[in-house]
Amino acid sequence: MSKLKLVFGVVAIAFVALTAVSCKDAKTDKNDSTEHHSEMNADGDHSKMNHDNSDGHHDGDKKEMAMNGNGTSQVVLNDYFNLKDALVADDNAKAKNLGGTLAKSLKAFDTSKYSDDKQSELKDIIEDATEHAEHISESDIAHQREHFKVLSKDMVDMVEITGTSMTIYQQYCPMYDNNKGGAWLSMNKEIRNPYFGDKMLKCGKVQREIN
Amino acid sequence: MKIVKIIAWIALIALVAIQFFPVDYNQSETIPQTDFMLVNNVPVTVEKSLQVSCYDCHSNNTQYPWYNKVQPVAWFLEGHIKKGKEELNFSEWDSYSSRRKNSKLRSIISQIEDDKMPLKSYTFIHSNAVFTNTKKQEIIKYFNQLKDSLN
Repeated sequence: MSKLKLVFGVVAIAFVALTAVSCKDAKTDKNDSTEHHSEMNADGDHSKMNHDNSDGHHDGDKKEMAMNGNGTSQVVLNDYFNLKDALVADDNAKAKNLGGTLAKSLKAFDTSKYSDDKQSELKDIIEDATEHAEHISESDIAHQREHFKVLSKDMVDMVEITGTSMTIYQQYCPMYDNNKGGAWLSMNKEIRNPYFGDKMLKCGKVQREIN
Repeated sequence: MKIVKIIAWIALIALVAIQFFPVDYNQSETIPQTDFMLVNNVPVTVEKSLQVSCYDCHSNNTQYPWYNKVQPVAWFLEGHIKKGKEELNFSEWDSYSSRRKNSKLRSIISQIEDDKMPLKSYTFIHSNAVFTNTKKQEIIKYFNQLKDSLN
């Protein structure tokens, strides 16, 4: 009889251990996401400093900016350009961080000043771009570049609606993605290829000048 | 020894108790108008592959295994399905904008090409969900065609 009890006990402990493990998993997940958050906050600060150069509206408290949804297309574009530069530099870790920053500024992008039609298209673009930015924040560099290609399309479409005060260049590398080609936006006329980085830094051409 | 026994009993009681927690089953009677299979002309073989290998976590209808009746397994599966549907829900396919469809298709192709999907933890139990090489090529070819037709 006591043997039976012992067996019972062992089985029960095994199950509880299993439950405990799955609970622990969930907790680790939570921790991960909070850590991620604080990382992104730090980055937010960082990129805010960049934004301040181009756009004087961001000297408010960082938290306030997120809560008021005080994001503009300009903030999004700047984060996109920073991400692009990390890919040009073949810097996987930096691109991860900047992908997270971009996702955050996309979420904070306030579309309310646009007309209803434009709003719905912008929201579609933002939803899509956010997903790509989030994936970039957790992928290896090859996948980051895949997502960057579609993200760049989103950015081109966004600028089409929002316009921009800067002069930007739409550039194109015909060799990326098995010669299907890939476009991107840049503030500089000189080609610095984000799809191949150091391998083919100057491959590509300016397709279009915006402004 | 007495303490061990007490712990064992508590554990056993806890284990029994969690069996009574309700689980939201991911099952629906009807197939929505927006379902991937309804809005696209999917070849029969591809349709079957998608049903077996993808639809359990990427649609509103899961074919549950028997052990889903046991906690904490049910919770584990519930979390998996929720996350799967957030990323891609074939049942709501047609409600995605063409931009979103394009992105989803790109991700589907890339995930299958890299053998990231179906998940290893899924095929470990559902051995019939593994894509053979031929199947894999067939599915990728289909999704590529669909993606090109949308552009």
